Amino acid sequence: MEEIDEIVQEFLVESHENLDQLDRDLVALEREPGSRDLLGSIFRTIHTIKGTSGFLAFGSLESVTHVGENLLARLRDGKMSMTPQTTDVLLAMVDKVRELLAVIEDCGTEGDIDVTAVVERITAVLDGTAAQAAPTPIAELLPDPEPEDEPQAAVEPEPEPEHEHEPTPVAAPAKATEPAEEVSTRRNVADSSIRVDVELLDALMRLVGELVLTRNQIVRQAGDQDDLDLTRSAQRLNLIATELQEGVMKTRMQPIDHLWSKLPRVVRDLGAACGKTVSLAMVGRETELDRSLLESVKDPLTHLVRNAVDHGLETPEGRVAAGKPAEGVLTLRAYHEGGQVVVEVCDDGAGIDADRIAEKALASGLRTTAQLAQMSPADILQLIFLPGFSTAQAVTNVSGRGVGMDVVKTNIEAIGGTIEVESVVGRGTTCRLRIPLTLAIVPALTVECAGDRYAIPQVSLLELVALDADRAATAVEDVNGASVYRLRGALLPLVRLTDVLGVESDRSDGHVLIAVLQAEGKRFGLVIDRVLSTEEIVVKPLTSRLKSLGTYSGATILGDGRVALILDVQALARRALTAEALERGAVGTAAEEQKATSEHLRMLVAGIGGGRRVAIPLSSVTRLENIAASTVEVVGSREVVQYRGAILPLLRLDRHLGAISERAGDDLVVVVYSAGSRSVAIVVDEIIDIVDEETDVHSDIDDHGLVGSTLIRDRIVEVLDVRAAILAADPKFYSDPDVEIDLRGELQEAV
Amino acid sequence: MSTRMVTFTLDGHLYGVDVEAVQEVLRGQARTRIPLSPVTLAGLINLRGQVLSAIDLRALLELPDRDGDTEPMLVVIRVAGEPVALMVDTIGSVVDVDDDQFEPPPDTLVGVSRDLLLGAYKLEDRLLLALDVDRAVAA
Repeated sequence: MEEIDEIVQEFLVESHENLDQLDRDLVALEREPGSRDLLGSIFRTIHTIKGTSGFLAFGSLESVTHVGENLLARLRDGKMSMTPQTTDVLLAMVDKVRELLAVIEDCGTEGDIDVTAVVERITAVLDGTAAQAAPTPIAELLPDPEPEDEPQAAVEPEPEPEHEHEPTPVAAPAKATEPAEEVSTRRNVADSSIRVDVELLDALMRLVGELVLTRNQIVRQAGDQDDLDLTRSAQRLNLIATELQEGVMKTRMQPIDHLWSKLPRVVRDLGAACGKTVSLAMVGRETELDRSLLESVKDPLTHLVRNAVDHGLETPEGRVAAGKPAEGVLTLRAYHEGGQVVVEVCDDGAGIDADRIAEKALASGLRTTAQLAQMSPADILQLIFLPGFSTAQAVTNVSGRGVGMDVVKTNIEAIGGTIEVESVVGRGTTCRLRIPLTLAIVPALTVECAGDRYAIPQVSLLELVALDADRAATAVEDVNGASVYRLRGALLPLVRLTDVLGVESDRSDGHVLIAVLQAEGKRFGLVIDRVLSTEEIVVKPLTSRLKSLGTYSGATILGDGRVALILDVQALARRALTAEALERGAVGTAAEEQKATSEHLRMLVAGIGGGRRVAIPLSSVTRLENIAASTVEVVGSREVVQYRGAILPLLRLDRHLGAISERAGDDLVVVVYSAGSRSVAIVVDEIIDIVDEETDVHSDIDDHGLVGSTLIRDRIVEVLDVRAAILAADPKFYSDPDVEIDLRGELQEAV
Repeated sequence: MSTRMVTFTLDGHLYGVDVEAVQEVLRGQARTRIPLSPVTLAGLINLRGQVLSAIDLRALLELPDRDGDTEPMLVVIRVAGEPVALMVDTIGSVVDVDDDQFEPPPDTLVGVSRDLLLGAYKLEDRLLLALDVDRAVAA
C-alpha cells in the first residue's frame, strides 16, 4: 500500500466516504424518486470522482462516471425521470465504481476491469429515453459512445504505471473478479485511516507528557520503597508509558517526503535557469519526523538544495571537461541515527576547496592567517556558515549574496539540530543536518543553582566534571569570576550560572561542578551547584516576553510538579562567551570580539619574582602548563623544551624583565603563547590571576619589555610587551605579516 | 447594563476583573522564580500540566511589597485564549455592578495605575477598581 501515491490514497479515502453517502442517497431516492436534492447530491459525488479520476488518469473510472454523470445531469435537470431501469443502471454504475476503486487500492492501477458493459447500459438508457424526452441533446451525446472503446484503450497503457506501483499483474484480474472477497479479508483505506484534528493530537501529546512526568514521579517513589509489587507495577507503568509516548509521537510523525515532494520542481527549474541538467535522487523518503519540525526544516533544506544546484554542480561543459557525466546528480538522503534524523544533501559537483574558503575568510576579515593556520581543512569548510560569507563567483538571483548559510545554521540550531559540511574537491559536497526526532520531549540534565532547578538539554552536554574543594582550589584557576579549568590540558572557560542569572549560590563547601557544554561550535564549562539527574522532559513553550530574556528556551514540569526553566545553551554561549578566554580552535572570534568589548579584555596576571606582577593578554594564551625543569634543553644560545612533539623556544620572563625568580623547585610554570603554527613558552613564577582588565588607569612609565602598567585590584601590574618578549624567544615568530597586525591591534586594546 | 466582577484585594484596596475573563482561583501554588525577568513576573506555576506566568499585581501597580507571611492567591484569567495567573492578596466575592455606578479614573490619578485601571465602580461602602486585564497582562 505504501506504493500507492499519496494523492491516490487521499482520493480513495475521499471516494469511499462519498460512495457511502451515495448508497444512502440512492436508497432514499427509491423512496422519493425525483427528489432534486438527492439527485443533486448523487450528481456531485459522481462528478467529483469523475474529475479526480480524469486528473489521475484512471481512464475506465472516468468513462464510467462520465456517462453516469450525463444520465444524472438529465435526471437532476428533469429532462428524464427516474424509472426502475435508471435506478438499476445507476446502481450498476456505483458497483462498478466500487470495484474499480478496490482494484486501484490493491495495485494502484485499474487492472483490466471491463467497464464497456456498464457504459453501454447507461448509454442505452440515455439514448433510448433521451431521444423522446429531449431530442436536441443527441448531437451532444454522439461523442459519448466513444468512451465505449476508450476503456480498452485506457486499460492497455496502464501497465506502465503498474511498474511504479505494485507488480502484481497476475493477481489483479483474480481480485477484480471477486472484489467482495478480497475487500473482506483486509481493511481498505477508508476503514484503516481516519482524519484527526491536529489540535487533538497536540492535546494527546500534552497528556502523554503529563503521564511521562507522573511516571517519573512514581518510579522514583517506588524505588525508595521495598514493596516488590509496587516496584513491578511501576516498571510496568514505565514500559507502557514509554510505548504510549512513542505511539502518540508517531501520530505526529510525517515522512520527510512531504518536504521532498516539492523539490524535484525546484531543482528542475533552477537547473534550467542555471543551464545545468540535474537528476535528483531521494533515498529514505519514508523517514519520519515530527510535523512541527518538518515545517522548520523546510526553508533550510530548500536553501541547501538551491545552493547545491547553483554553486555545487558545475555546468555540463565543466563536468564533461572534468571527465564526469554532463548530468549532475543531487542526492537527498534521510535516515534515523542515534535518536536523531539525519538529512543529507549531496552533490557530485566540484566540491569546496578549503584553501579558497580560507582565502575568502581572510579577505573578508572573518579570520586571521594565524587562526586559519590552526584549523584543519574540515574546520575551515565549516566557515561557510559564518555570517557574511559567500564564495559565489558572481551574485546570482538564486543565491550568493553572502546571506543564507548562516541563516540555515541559525534555523537548524534553533530547533536543536546541527549542520556540518563535508567536501572532496572534484568529487562533490555533502551538507548534513542532524535534527532531533521531536521537540516535544527531550532528554535533559536537571541541575540545581541557588536553590532553583534548571534543565540543560543533553544535546549540548559533553561531560560533567566534579571537583572537590581541594582539587577545585588548584584545578580551577579561578579568580574574580573569570575562571578557567584545565580540561585534559586545554583551557576551558568557565561560566558561573549564578553570575549569568544574577543569583547567589547556596553552595559554600568549595566543591565545583562543571557541566561541559558545546554550543555554536564553542566549548565552555557551566558551573552549577548540584547535578540532580537526567530525565526526559516535556518542553513547554514560554511566552515571547520570557523568551526574549535570551536565557531560557522553554519550561518543563519536573517529577514533583514544580516548574523548571530550560536553559538556552546557545544563547548562554553567545552571551557569556563574548569576552571569555576561548578554547583553542575557537580562538577564532576572540580577536573581533575583543574589539567590541575592549574594556573587558582578559589578562593573565603572573608573578615573576620580587613581588612584580605582569599582565599578559589571555587571548593568545593556549595553555598553562607545568613542566619539569629537567626537560629544558639548550639549542645554541637558546633554551627550548619539547612539547607535544614540537620544540618550543623558552622565554624566562624574570630574566627578560630584569627580575629574579623566587621560585624554587624542579618544575616550571609555563604559559604557552601561540600564533599560527608557532608557539613559545613563557616561564613565570606563578599564575596569580585572570582578570577582566577594565580599568583605564594606565601609566606610561615603562621599562624595557613593557608597554606600560595598570592597576589591577589595587596592585600595580606591568603589562608585558608580548611582541618584544616573544621576539626575544623566537625572532622568527612574527614572520607572517598578518599575525603582526593582529597582535598589534590586540596590544593596543590591552594598553 | 450590569457587569459581574470577581473582586480581590491588594494592599487594602478592592479590585475587580470581569467574571468572564476569570478561569479559576488558586491558592498555595509553588512558584518557580525566573531570574533576570522583570519584577512584575512573580514566576511560573504548574496548572495541571500547563506552565503559566504569574504576574505580581502589587509590583505591577507599584504598591508596597506583601508581608512575608501572607500567602498570595492566584486568579487565573484568560487573555486572548491564553491563561495567565494574577497574584493578589485575598479573594473577595462575585459582585454585580451597574454601569451607572462606574466612573473613569479621576484626573489626579497618574502613573502606571492610570493605564491599568479602567475606572472605579462606586459600591455602597467602598470603591471597586476595575482592572484592565489586557493591559495588565501586556505590561
